[in-house]
Amino acid sequence: MRRVCVVGGGHTKFCFNTPKSGIELFSEAATEAINLSNLKPKDIQALYMGNVFGDIEEGQSTIQIYAANDIGCFNIPASRFEGACASATIAIRDAAAWVGGGYFDIVLAGGTERCTAMGTPLATRFFAACSDGRYEFPSGITFPSVFAMLTHLYSKTYNIPLPKLKETLAGVSVQSHFYGARNPLAQFQKEITKEQVLGGAFVSTPLQLLDCCPFTDGAAAVVICSEEVAKKLTPKPIYIAGFGQASSGKMSAQSKYLPRLYAREYSVKQAYSMAKIEPKDVDICELHDCFSTASLIAAESLGFAEFGKASELWDKGETKHTGKRPINMSGGLKSKGHPIGATGASQVHDVCKQLRGELVEQGRQVDGAKVGLIDTLGGDGVIVSLVLKNFAD
Amino acid sequence: MEYKLTHRAYFASLKKGKLLGLKCSDCGTVTCPPKMTCQECTGTNLEIVELKGTGVIKTFTAAYVTSLGRENEAPYTIVLVELDEGPWIMGNLVDIDPRKVTIDIIGRKVDAGFKTFAGDTYSNGDAVRPLFSFVD
Repeated sequence: MRRVCVVGGGHTKFCFNTPKSGIELFSEAATEAINLSNLKPKDIQALYMGNVFGDIEEGQSTIQIYAANDIGCFNIPASRFEGACASATIAIRDAAAWVGGGYFDIVLAGGTERCTAMGTPLATRFFAACSDGRYEFPSGITFPSVFAMLTHLYSKTYNIPLPKLKETLAGVSVQSHFYGARNPLAQFQKEITKEQVLGGAFVSTPLQLLDCCPFTDGAAAVVICSEEVAKKLTPKPIYIAGFGQASSGKMSAQSKYLPRLYAREYSVKQAYSMAKIEPKDVDICELHDCFSTASLIAAESLGFAEFGKASELWDKGETKHTGKRPINMSGGLKSKGHPIGATGASQVHDVCKQLRGELVEQGRQVDGAKVGLIDTLGGDGVIVSLVLKNFAD
Repeated sequence: MEYKLTHRAYFASLKKGKLLGLKCSDCGTVTCPPKMTCQECTGTNLEIVELKGTGVIKTFTAAYVTSLGRENEAPYTIVLVELDEGPWIMGNLVDIDPRKVTIDIIGRKVDAGFKTFAGDTYSNGDAVRPLFSFVD
């Protein structure tokens, strides 16, 4: 496979109750990405777009073809990717594979979502639809409930008393908000305290309101090119050095591994192997922190801590931008927000900024970051992993 | 190739109080809820068996925020139970107020009844889930 790069990226402000349509959000991010790549719409050869619930949010299916037309990318193949919260990461991985394989030279990839248009009850229904609809939804499963059950199981499996674990989890959310407050594109730009987290209403025990990411509107997009094209467009191409993707079945069918999500280990192994790196080589990671517990579970499967030991990373402050293991410097899904069809593109967008050293003024730059990891989870078990580097091997 | 046990047949049996699974004639693993293939070896040489319906709670949550149309069910307790025959299944728990349920219920032995979910606009009909109660 030939080398593949990210050139320009675009990202709307993440928010509640956007007055814009999903297409308008995407077109703003996409046009920014095209302009910053020094390209014109006619240069884009394909659009790979994540969107999960456009049909329900605003009565818009097949959103990708209308988005392509809106941004002036006429007659190109435009494909919609649906992998729940990992949709845009799947789109970017596929774009990298198609460009890497030589079929396309320039692909626009990203995603858009207007989760808040559904309102909490309907959004909860459709997020739950990303669980098993026949055998698990009837029990009233919701997405907070999935991670709530994983939290109790985590406590039991690793023999960490629940109050101690809750204290760590509160710290995870506090850190997310610390960085969200420094990200002008984040949905929540305010810091919170552990007391606020631990005093919140229960969503699904033991998870409280501030353990959970919000519903979010927003879009993000990146231009993916061959190295040859990228070098003509930018002095700072970011290389997609490795990628992986894996899936698993319904929650109960994962019983051998829970609270680990085994698909993650499978996926990230592919990405590390392709990029010829080990977990210790990762300078900055954006991982899928849909719920506070999800951060610990992800960090362990990505190889940043032994199983049951990820609490130490957050408790000791190693996950901060000045620590040994910087995680979610964007504010993560928790604070930056989680417009599910766009989330992966947002993660890539922020890691590219880190690898280009553009976040010093925002007070969240990881000094000298060269290698980044993106981890996105969709439903009970779509995982996509991307390794980005700011240099060619 | 047709399913040995469809979700409709599985639900119909559960409504009569019988929890069915699929026993693999190749590796002996019991898969429940039903699938096309054995969860362990992917074989399709499966035999429908009636399960005891007893098992142990592995994890749980009390859910307060629900999906559209299910608000009057809240709060309710969701459990993942390891059946005596091996597989884990998801269901609800009665016998304890969801507001009072704690992590101490993990490991407790339970027995499956059933409860019908009437379905909503999007669920393509009704469904049946196990409704567990304590046996110890």
